[in-house]
Amino acid sequence: MSSEFLPALKLTLVTFALCGLAYPLVTTGVAQILFPQQANGSLIAGAPGRPPLGSKLIGQQFQGPRWFHGRPSAVHYDARSSGASNLGPTNQLLVEHVASRAARVWADNPTWGHKPIPADYLTSSGSGLDPDISIAAARLQAPRVARARHLSEVAVDKLIAQKTTGRGLGLFGEPRVNVLALNLALTSLQGR
Amino acid sequence: MKASDDSRSLTGPLRKTPSDTPRAERRHTPKVDVSGLYRRAVVDSFKKLDPRLLVRNPVMFVVALGTFLTLLLVFKPDLFGPSHVGPRYNAIIAAILFATVLFANFAEAVAEGRGKAQADSLRRTRSDTLARRQVAVGKYEEVSSTKLRKGDIVHVDQGELIPGDGEVVAGVASVDESAITGESAPVLKEPGTDTASSVIAGTRVVSDWLDVRVTANPGETFLDRMIALVEGAARQKTPNEIALTVLLAVLTLIFLMVTVTLEPFAIYSGSPVDVATLIALLVCLIPTTIGGLLSAIGIAGMDRVAQFNVIAMSGKAVEAAGDVDTLILDKTGTITLGNRLAAEFIPVGGHTQDELSQIAMQSSWQDSTPEGRSIVQLATRLGCSPSPAWDQGTGVEFSAQTRMSGIDMPDGTRVRKGAADSIKRYVAEQGGSIPDDLDGAVRTVAGKGGTPLAVCRGTEISGVVYLKDTIKAGMRERFAQMRSIGIRTVMCTGDNPLTAAVIAAEAGVDDFVAEATPEDKIRLIRSEQAKGKLVAMTGDGTNDAPALAQADVGLAMNSGTPAAKEAANMVDLDSDPSKLIDVVSIGKQLLITRGALTTFSIANDVAKYFAIIPAIFVAGVPELRALNIMRLHSPQSAVVSALIFNAIIIPALIPLALKGVKFRPLTADQMLLRNVVIYGLGGIIVPFIAIKAIDLLVSLAM
Amino acid sequence: MNAIFILQIAIPLLVLVAVAMPVGVFLSHLAAETPTRADRIFGPVERPLLWLCGLSREGRQMTWKTYSLALLSTNLLMAVLIYVILVAQGVLPLNPLKLGGLPPALAFNTAVSFTTNTDWQAYAGETTLSYFSQMAAITFLMFTSAATGLAAAFAFMRGLSGRTEVGNYYLDVIRILVRIFLPLAFIGALFLCWQGVPQTLSPSLHVLGPQGATQSIPVGPVASLVSIKHLGTNGGGYFGQNSAHPFENPTPLTNVVEFLLMGLIPVALVFAFGRVIGNKRQARVIFWAMAVMFLGFLILVTWAESAGNPLLARVGLDQVASGLQAGGNMVGKEVRFGIAQSALFVTGTTAFTTGSVDCMHDSLTALGGLVPLAEMMLNCVFGGKGVGFMNFMLYGILAVFLTGLMVGRTPEIFNKKIEKPEIVLASIAILIHPLIILVPSAISAVEPFGLASIANPAFHGLSEILYAFTSGAANNGSAFAGLAANTPWYNLGIGIVMLLGRYLSILALLAIAGSLAAKKKVPEGPGTLRTDTALFGTIWVGVILIVGALTFFPVVALGPVAEQLAMIAGKAF
Repeated sequence: MSSEFLPALKLTLVTFALCGLAYPLVTTGVAQILFPQQANGSLIAGAPGRPPLGSKLIGQQFQGPRWFHGRPSAVHYDARSSGASNLGPTNQLLVEHVASRAARVWADNPTWGHKPIPADYLTSSGSGLDPDISIAAARLQAPRVARARHLSEVAVDKLIAQKTTGRGLGLFGEPRVNVLALNLALTSLQGR
Repeated sequence: MKASDDSRSLTGPLRKTPSDTPRAERRHTPKVDVSGLYRRAVVDSFKKLDPRLLVRNPVMFVVALGTFLTLLLVFKPDLFGPSHVGPRYNAIIAAILFATVLFANFAEAVAEGRGKAQADSLRRTRSDTLARRQVAVGKYEEVSSTKLRKGDIVHVDQGELIPGDGEVVAGVASVDESAITGESAPVLKEPGTDTASSVIAGTRVVSDWLDVRVTANPGETFLDRMIALVEGAARQKTPNEIALTVLLAVLTLIFLMVTVTLEPFAIYSGSPVDVATLIALLVCLIPTTIGGLLSAIGIAGMDRVAQFNVIAMSGKAVEAAGDVDTLILDKTGTITLGNRLAAEFIPVGGHTQDELSQIAMQSSWQDSTPEGRSIVQLATRLGCSPSPAWDQGTGVEFSAQTRMSGIDMPDGTRVRKGAADSIKRYVAEQGGSIPDDLDGAVRTVAGKGGTPLAVCRGTEISGVVYLKDTIKAGMRERFAQMRSIGIRTVMCTGDNPLTAAVIAAEAGVDDFVAEATPEDKIRLIRSEQAKGKLVAMTGDGTNDAPALAQADVGLAMNSGTPAAKEAANMVDLDSDPSKLIDVVSIGKQLLITRGALTTFSIANDVAKYFAIIPAIFVAGVPELRALNIMRLHSPQSAVVSALIFNAIIIPALIPLALKGVKFRPLTADQMLLRNVVIYGLGGIIVPFIAIKAIDLLVSLAM
Repeated sequence: MNAIFILQIAIPLLVLVAVAMPVGVFLSHLAAETPTRADRIFGPVERPLLWLCGLSREGRQMTWKTYSLALLSTNLLMAVLIYVILVAQGVLPLNPLKLGGLPPALAFNTAVSFTTNTDWQAYAGETTLSYFSQMAAITFLMFTSAATGLAAAFAFMRGLSGRTEVGNYYLDVIRILVRIFLPLAFIGALFLCWQGVPQTLSPSLHVLGPQGATQSIPVGPVASLVSIKHLGTNGGGYFGQNSAHPFENPTPLTNVVEFLLMGLIPVALVFAFGRVIGNKRQARVIFWAMAVMFLGFLILVTWAESAGNPLLARVGLDQVASGLQAGGNMVGKEVRFGIAQSALFVTGTTAFTTGSVDCMHDSLTALGGLVPLAEMMLNCVFGGKGVGFMNFMLYGILAVFLTGLMVGRTPEIFNKKIEKPEIVLASIAILIHPLIILVPSAISAVEPFGLASIANPAFHGLSEILYAFTSGAANNGSAFAGLAANTPWYNLGIGIVMLLGRYLSILALLAIAGSLAAKKKVPEGPGTLRTDTALFGTIWVGVILIVGALTFFPVVALGPVAEQLAMIAGKAF
């Protein structure tokens, strides 16, 4: 191996400098100039002098009837460590989790009755930080939020429609509602 | 030097040309007693249980080990831990496994049987004979044939066996070679010629006497080698067989790994599997079908070659024949009938037909070749009569240098016939003139595909004899077949390019080399080989030896010289060069049969999985019952049925292994499609049906 | 399943093929070392790098042995360098979270994992690695391990095309980096950043939500890593949840682009191969053979995930797709991706041996989870940087040997006879894969140190173990992430499996190429078994599936198959 040791070492050091240092640093510089908002985490600015309200890409935990809730999260939306439940399809625990969440949703949203609940709303996401819910999951919550905030269901439904992101290029992915954006819209609606 | 085919055909010695007889009648195997074949094979299949023999076949060795382990389990079912099955089940498994080993042994024994029987009959002819060894000129001593050494000269009289392979140095005799070749008509042997001076030990002089210089030490004679070859004692695995054995061993290892690791997985799933069942699964999965039949296929292939009366010096040569890209064939005796017969006399230079007939007849009067005699016959038919003076003349034999033959009369007249350019040079050297219409006549004959022989007396060229070539029946079709499977045929001939082209077109060969010398042949072989091609050729003369050695597959004629036979890797006892084509077919058949049975063997595993996996986990993992698509009766019957199928498929396929998958003249793609459908898809489907059927029977019995 | 569902899967596939073809031409010039116009553009960049490495512009030509030696030496040095960086992380710069050095077993596993292009992660990036480690260790190795695989594939192709001198490893690596990976990764990183992937050296963000909850959000040089992670089919995430994390894969568009990035080189390599050996028909047959398998797996996982989990339907979950929700099995999936984009990613990440995940494979339905498992077991459906392609050729040799005999000639591939040496080498490569999957899985299935890490009971637990070693053996890196893999047994075991899976097969295949290159070319004729026909393509696929099925059927039956049957029967454990 000795005959190839020196060339190998030279290649290692050169590529290390090139790919391990120069590339990420140059990319950082260019990205900071071109896309400063995105490169720094897509933050939603808070009131002046206050910390940001959140990243529009990172889901937050919301509780109580006044807020739209996101999906269950295996890490309770603690962004320091993303995570999923990793429960397998035949794990009794998964069935129990979904069943108990269903019971809670039915209890919290009496207008929904006992109808089956949209798939995303009872299952934890892959990242544990999913910022979105399906339109169906938002509609399910609308009567509850409207009642708690003394808003008309129509107004809330309108907000949901406003905060619905369509498919990418009209084709890719799924239509979805950003929970943080929707809740912020709720607060600004009432603030006005 | 000129091509050997011309030297033979023009003025070569009288010899039998078996190529004249129709093919079917020539396939005579030396009489072999096959009556006790199967009884002997049964006995042999037990003898082959010797572990030292079994270990040579990794697949069957694993089965034998499995048998042994299961046998232990019969007496102590919980040897490897708690067991859910009784000794009866273990005993059934052990019995089927044992049968599997026996079947494989039986297949090999049957394949060897015919060769052994043939070897026995050959061995009988090898029994010691007394030889008369020359100690000084005219003085002989009697010694045992086993004492003879290379270079000894022995005298053999009428009715005696020739004691060793050798070369005739004196005497002319007819020799009965039927013990070796199966050909009943005696063959003329005489000294000094390429093709008829070699004799084989164990053949009998039926008339006159011979002095023979021994060319092989005892134990190294042709007969000895032949015995070893047909018996399979010297059988070495061929390259493809070795590669396949490696692959089969690896598959065996993989399945060993699969079954060994299955136990922990089964324990995890709460459904541990019995050792006997695991062994049954292993044996079902490893390629026992091809593993059991592989050597039988190889032996049977060699045997098929032997049945064609061709002795292959190694299985490798037969296998290489299957790979051949180019066949180099001599025209004469291979593509055309050996004898070209005079069909017409074409006078030139103002000579009349009668004059020419007379001169041509004179030139051939002392020529005993078929061509020479046909000239005499044609002249006789045309009304010529011989002159008694011709008997006083001295015959001039054909030589490769002069390319002429003829007669020298006591009065100094020289009459010659031969290749047109040789005669022209000969006449010109003596100051004669060349008639203007000679070239035209030569071209006319050549244009008809004939061989033109110019005839001259003194310095005067009187005309041209049209020797007509007859292409053997069926050759055209065979060449078409060869072409369709991608083999190029090249015809070598001493003829001029024009004649050669006509014959080549008529016979349907792909290419030809005209006016070929032995050096041309070697050059041709080398240039083909440089292109990566495998070349096969036939030859018989000593001057063919280098080319035979250079070729990847060299088929020497038995009538050929020892040098040629030594250089070749196959010898045709019938001296029929077109057999090369048959050998190629056998070589291919050998490979096809191996591939087909390997594919079949592996494809079988799919069904076996569906039989065994749901069965062994039915208790612990009842979900897998859905995989029991054959609806087999019970877990135990499923395992036993799969194993029985695995065992009986070996004897069921013995006939196919021995006979070989039929070789069809198709392109590679067509052949592939056909065989993949039959042996691949068939291999997947057949066991589903068969295992279900066996299960029905087993469930009745259990 | 409506039109949009099908189109959002079909269009990325079509785009992938359309882009891969010209890239294949570009790759073929690199592989065949033919001069092109690109030399003028990249020459000035390469020259100083070559000078630093002490290389001439042509590079000394190497035999397959020297080439392998150079490859192994370089990989060893890189692994050692990275091991040191990871262990010493605590004292190195760019460490805003003040993370300490990695324990030796984890550092070994990680160094091996990224050197071998596996990118198996027994750690979560955001809580374990400093910015410096993410850049200098992880991003660096993502480039070089991918370049190593591609270089090996180039050498392999050169051997198959008849060259006994298969190029210069160092030169190949520099060229691959400068001409392919660095420019494409840079563009990809900017696109990702535009869509929302962070690229910064600032420390974590702290936010105060409208409901008053604080959140601390780690960021870092993410886009530059995620870009090469896919382009180099590496797969190791910046964050623990990989491409399911919104910062790694914020929109469906990034999902499609990440899919395209990981498929680009593997697919292009097939087209490049056709040009290198001068037989484009051959490339088309290989492409279609791989594509058919890919589509089959894609359809299977799409169907299984769309069908959802009957156990959950019984307790009140609505898994029926509609205009208002994606439906299907959403456990471990992100709303923005739904079923279609997730299924596409699952199939792609294991086909291209990337190993990044945009949904949790552990939570796929049993049959859905079988798809990535099976793709890794076959390890040749396109495959990653070169290795999958080489494996496909390995099966080709096997297919030619089995079926080639049936045409009555010594089997040939690309006009070279396959004989004992090739079969022995191919056997090593074929044998090693099940060996390093089944043996450690079997041990883990019965020994306490293996069983303790299992997260899901019964059949699924076996699938988790099996998936871990299969992922390591195939150098994929994706996981049934429930398995607690950060234990000495799994760190060392999977580490060794990754090493064997990577280098033994590369060595065996380079040796095969070397052995074939030294052989005389057999001329083609009607008697030659053609490997560039639809018929042979079918046989090729058949051999791959049958050999794969025969090897793994029993354990797969006890894992995913049994689980799926249980799930359908409504059984939970």
